[in-house]
Amino acid sequence: MNDAIAPASGPRTLAEKVWDAHLVKKGEDGTPDLIYIDLHLVHEVTSPQAFDGLRLAGRPVRRPDLTIATEDHNTPTLDIDKPIADLTSRTQIETLRRNAKEFGIRLHSLGDKEQGIVHVVGPQLGLTQPGITVVCGDSHTSTHGAFGAMAFGIGTSEVEHVMATQTLPLKPFKTMAINVEGSLRPGVTAKDIILAVIAKIGTGGGQGYVLEYRGSAIRALSMDGRMTICNMSIEAGARAGMVAPDETTFAYLKGRAHAPQGADWVEAVAYWRTLPTDEGAVFDAEVFIDADELEPFVTWGTNPGQGVSLSDVVPDPASIDDQHERAAAERALEYMALEPGTPLKQVKVDAVFMGSCTNSRIEDLRAFASIVQGRKKADGVRVMVVPGSARVRLEAEAEGLDKVFEEFGAEWRFAGCSMCLGMNPDQLAPGERCASTSNRNFEGRQGKGGRTHLVSPLVAAATAIRGTLSSPWDLERDGAPGPETPVPAYSTSGAEEK
Amino acid sequence: MEKISTVTGTAVPLRRSNVDTDQIIPAVFLKRVTKTGFDDALFHAWRQDPEFILNRPEYRGASILVAGPDFGTGSSREHAVWALRDYGFRVVVSSRFGDIFRGNAGKQGLLAAQVAYEDIERIWEVIEADPGIAVTVDLVERTVSAGALTVPFDIDDYTRWRLLEGLDDIGLTLRDEQAIAEFESHRAAWRPKTLPIREPAESGSL
Repeated sequence: MNDAIAPASGPRTLAEKVWDAHLVKKGEDGTPDLIYIDLHLVHEVTSPQAFDGLRLAGRPVRRPDLTIATEDHNTPTLDIDKPIADLTSRTQIETLRRNAKEFGIRLHSLGDKEQGIVHVVGPQLGLTQPGITVVCGDSHTSTHGAFGAMAFGIGTSEVEHVMATQTLPLKPFKTMAINVEGSLRPGVTAKDIILAVIAKIGTGGGQGYVLEYRGSAIRALSMDGRMTICNMSIEAGARAGMVAPDETTFAYLKGRAHAPQGADWVEAVAYWRTLPTDEGAVFDAEVFIDADELEPFVTWGTNPGQGVSLSDVVPDPASIDDQHERAAAERALEYMALEPGTPLKQVKVDAVFMGSCTNSRIEDLRAFASIVQGRKKADGVRVMVVPGSARVRLEAEAEGLDKVFEEFGAEWRFAGCSMCLGMNPDQLAPGERCASTSNRNFEGRQGKGGRTHLVSPLVAAATAIRGTLSSPWDLERDGAPGPETPVPAYSTSGAEEK
Repeated sequence: MEKISTVTGTAVPLRRSNVDTDQIIPAVFLKRVTKTGFDDALFHAWRQDPEFILNRPEYRGASILVAGPDFGTGSSREHAVWALRDYGFRVVVSSRFGDIFRGNAGKQGLLAAQVAYEDIERIWEVIEADPGIAVTVDLVERTVSAGALTVPFDIDDYTRWRLLEGLDDIGLTLRDEQAIAEFESHRAAWRPKTLPIREPAESGSL
């Protein structure tokens, strides 16, 4: 197989192997390398201007067969059979449909069984595979790194570039190992790992790096958990995060629509087994996290690095040495209307959002359901459950999860990005506070004036029950009947259930 | 793309760190299908505050934005660059940029000049003391000057060259069309393809 262009000498990291295998042309004299792109994911928001650019230049999409589009950011999660009420949203969706037709791009539209958040759809179809390069005009493309792919977000100019050339000029990234050793305690999940990583290295700590998540705690995660972690690499400033492919990866992929079949499968797996970082390969930076010590995590501020254990208190900016961090913390507390020293578990919420490309896959929904099953949500708290894709929705319904959510008092919606960024009508009102399983707690992200606390699905569920930020551990202390499955099948190892 | 060598104008001190792209342009403004007309969307939430720096009359018409560390973090939206450009900014100065933002800026002729944090403080002091002072960003010399102050900035050589020459990236890459075709001819056949559409091979799996 010729994918491996002459390998560099010496032991290499996973990221370096994928890079080397996609080198179309090595850069000289400070020019970037030209890197081949295996898979280009497209959605309605960042593509219209790119298609316009192609039209203006009279260029085709070079490889429609390596390109796939879906509608997710703008789409409503209610009444999906009716015309989209917001005219500009409708225009953007219609523009994608026209462009896909004109340029011969496969598109999964609202109502189609393969529609959904672009980062849920790619893996689900088996298109996201180990050792490939994946790009999308969306920063959470890092999600696909969970398969051992090199996957990163790009801007609209680069979207046009990939459409026209199937390549990108790129400077090599530096590599950073994030070593997570030990075992997570029950109630602690992949989301808590990544929130702890970001709190540790900061929102700029990963800039210029590809992160490789390693160690026993990562190996023990399912693919859904690994995707949650890689998804938020960008929140640490890194464009890409990766996990070496292993049996868990192969088991997830086998039999999926676009996974290799027959003899191809054998050849592919043999190649994928060569990808993990070699013994003795050197990373440019290393970080260590002790999984045994982790607790359910929560953010208190307005960037994803501003997080602490849920059992902690709102920090005092005066105790922060770095002047920018201190100023940012002061501003954040003002925006979040929080006082230093307040126990986070005393913070009341108005809404709970269960969804987004971080946490909307079937295991996330199962985890949430395992906690809320047989219970009622707290009075006055609005709870929204938004599956990541139409397939996930169907799967959840086949398992009866929709009934669990509805009996709990949650709204069960159609698939899309929804309240993660509030481009559609799913938004917080000014001043509303939300426990959200999404990825960004930026000012106004979920709606102008809205206040976001990033949490795991388990914390979101416990919070929806108690009305204040809570972990599943608090439910046990309440003496309420425990969930049927106290430890959701979330942090366990083994093959993916399908 | 228009060539850039020097930009001279007034500068706005934005004393904030972690200015993420959701602050630069909130998602509700991303529904447009054009590349222009985003000037009103720039810093939309912050501009509701009459005291916000861009609302002060002395900083109207500025073409250089001088911000705290980690400018342009978060989302990949190139709309952030279009909004800054539409508002009239030609240069953003910061001690650290979000990677995707910096890349987007370079593609769209917005100069992202990385300056050491101590020097950002010095620039802020000068432009706060005299908001009307002419600031010059010199891409050839890689310097930012205001009055008696001149500080160096960093930008990668390739982006600098492209900005100086006003070169279109796609055009440059297509010069290597043969290398791309050659690469494709050796690509393993089992690598994933989106077309033709396939259904799952085994029943019971999705």
